[in-house]
Amino acid sequence: MSRPAALCPSCGAPIVFQWSSSVQTTCPHCRSILIRKDVNLERVGVVSDLPPDSSPIQLGAAGVYENRAFTVAGRIIYDYAGGSWNEWHIVLNTGGSAWLSDAQSQYVVTVAAPAPALPPLPSVQLGGSFNWNNTAFAVTAITTARYRGVEGELPFEYWDKHAATFVDLRSTAGDFATLDYSDAAPVLYVGKAVEFDDLKLKNLRAFEGWS
Amino acid sequence: MVVSGAPQVATLTCPGCGAALTVRSMGRAVTIVCGYCHSILDAQDPQLKILQRFEAAVGDETLLIPLGTRGKWRGTVYEVIGFQRRQMQVDGLPYSWREYLLFSPYKGFRYLTEYHGHWNDCSVCTALPLGRPGLLVIYLGKPYRHFQSCTATTTFVLGEFPWQVQVNDAVEVNDYISPPFILSSEKAGEEITWTLGEYVQGADIWKAFGLAGKPPVPVGVYENQPSELKATTGKVWVTFLGLAAALFLIFTINQIMAQREEVFREVYRHAQSGSQSAAEASFVTSIFELKGRTSSVEVRTDADVANQWIYLNYALINDDTGQAYDFGREVSYYTGTDSDGAWKEGSQHDQVMLPSIPPGRYYLRVEPETDAAFGLITYTVTVTRDVPVGAIYLAALAALLLPAIFIAARSHSFEQRRWAESDHPMKIVIGNTGDSDS
Repeated sequence: MSRPAALCPSCGAPIVFQWSSSVQTTCPHCRSILIRKDVNLERVGVVSDLPPDSSPIQLGAAGVYENRAFTVAGRIIYDYAGGSWNEWHIVLNTGGSAWLSDAQSQYVVTVAAPAPALPPLPSVQLGGSFNWNNTAFAVTAITTARYRGVEGELPFEYWDKHAATFVDLRSTAGDFATLDYSDAAPVLYVGKAVEFDDLKLKNLRAFEGWS
Repeated sequence: MVVSGAPQVATLTCPGCGAALTVRSMGRAVTIVCGYCHSILDAQDPQLKILQRFEAAVGDETLLIPLGTRGKWRGTVYEVIGFQRRQMQVDGLPYSWREYLLFSPYKGFRYLTEYHGHWNDCSVCTALPLGRPGLLVIYLGKPYRHFQSCTATTTFVLGEFPWQVQVNDAVEVNDYISPPFILSSEKAGEEITWTLGEYVQGADIWKAFGLAGKPPVPVGVYENQPSELKATTGKVWVTFLGLAAALFLIFTINQIMAQREEVFREVYRHAQSGSQSAAEASFVTSIFELKGRTSSVEVRTDADVANQWIYLNYALINDDTGQAYDFGREVSYYTGTDSDGAWKEGSQHDQVMLPSIPPGRYYLRVEPETDAAFGLITYTVTVTRDVPVGAIYLAALAALLLPAIFIAARSHSFEQRRWAESDHPMKIVIGNTGDSDS
């Protein structure tokens, strides 16, 4: 894993990348949002104050998913009717990256799955069924979310967003899928619901009064 | 980062009455309820907008597990942060149950439900249950039978919740059971939430949360309460089958090993003369030998009785010791025709089994008695030793069967009491444990 080092164009702090394929990161000192352009970093904005955090996961936390070790490199934060939730960008020791989502401590790991002919949002209904990776999924939630902020490394440019709609789907065996409608073309992520204990997480955030 | 690790603001002020509110779920609360003025507040609004205020008398609801109580439950420390009382109507009667919301900053939320001393530990399903609504649902390979449908209405709330809740919120609930588990679907609008509950003992909760006193005694049979008898019933039947097989084996060996050795046979004639008593007509047979081990002895009497009877008072006597075995037998046989056609009663044959006769030299003393009007009756006496005994095995089988049937019947009764409360009661109801809020 290469760790290209650069300096923040805004404050000059050293920027270290955990993952060679990261496209975007934030400066831990001045909270500038930085985009990689070849060998240079371009400042495109600044992260506004993030909401009070409730997730036990934080940047630098490490865990295991399907026998592969991973490190938490970044996240996207959304607000929705049930509060806020995090999509943690995790970097696997096998080289790829995935997403660990934490909504009200319901943990799900997904990977972007290229799929042809994803349904346009208006055609999606609760209970509707789809078939991907030879798995039958049913729509269990359609969530309207508001982009709240980013932190750390992401595999794509993601900033200056507003509303986004997510369609959650589940299978009878615990498979999980999300259709992300935050851009013009929907993106499919497929994975599994996971138990907190099975992730064997380390470097977690400490909660005052909780051991 | 500024945000991560920043201490939570733990205390807020109720905009309704100015009382201090304790917030326990670290920024995850969506609804907060003031315990003093019963204002339901929007926790996502910085001003804590009052969404609703409900009427509740002081002491209207006593929490069995107070808010803020912590305990190690299923290996994780949880804190009780919310309480909700919900109600359903069955045949016009209200039934209420209580839900205690548990929170861990790592594991999130689960809740304990309580109804008349019956507790369930519930959490949201991670996979999709699928099946025929109202009949059967399969969740992670296990079938759950539909128990009941109802509308659950929230009638009291306290503490905080990671979702929106108000008094009079109503959801459509369907319960499916596979004791000790219960799978519930809650439909609010178009969205369906599935939760999986497991029946737990109140005593375990009291221990985990260090509660004073004793948990309430459970009343009746709860929908997913595991039947201890059901597990026992299975074991009892397995034990029964094992013992029955052993019994059959012994029976078979006995049948094969039995020698069926005929040791005596003689034909006699008897005619009753008017004044003769049975004793006067008595005689003794020749001596015969019972060889080998102590075994059963069968004495068979065949008589040519036709609408007649003959009574024989027997004594099997050991010639060496004088030990006597007395027994009386009657051979009678009647036939005829009546309006229903031909009929018959009795038999021309009789046999009796004497168990455990030691070997030795024996003879029979016979006292025949019949009606003088019958004239001459010819009868044959046959003595056979080591005859296999069947009846004793039947008796043993019945003795084995009895406890199994008893336990199975009690288990069946438990299931009937369970299902009597459901939308699908069993056909015959033995007990009724139905009770409602008074």
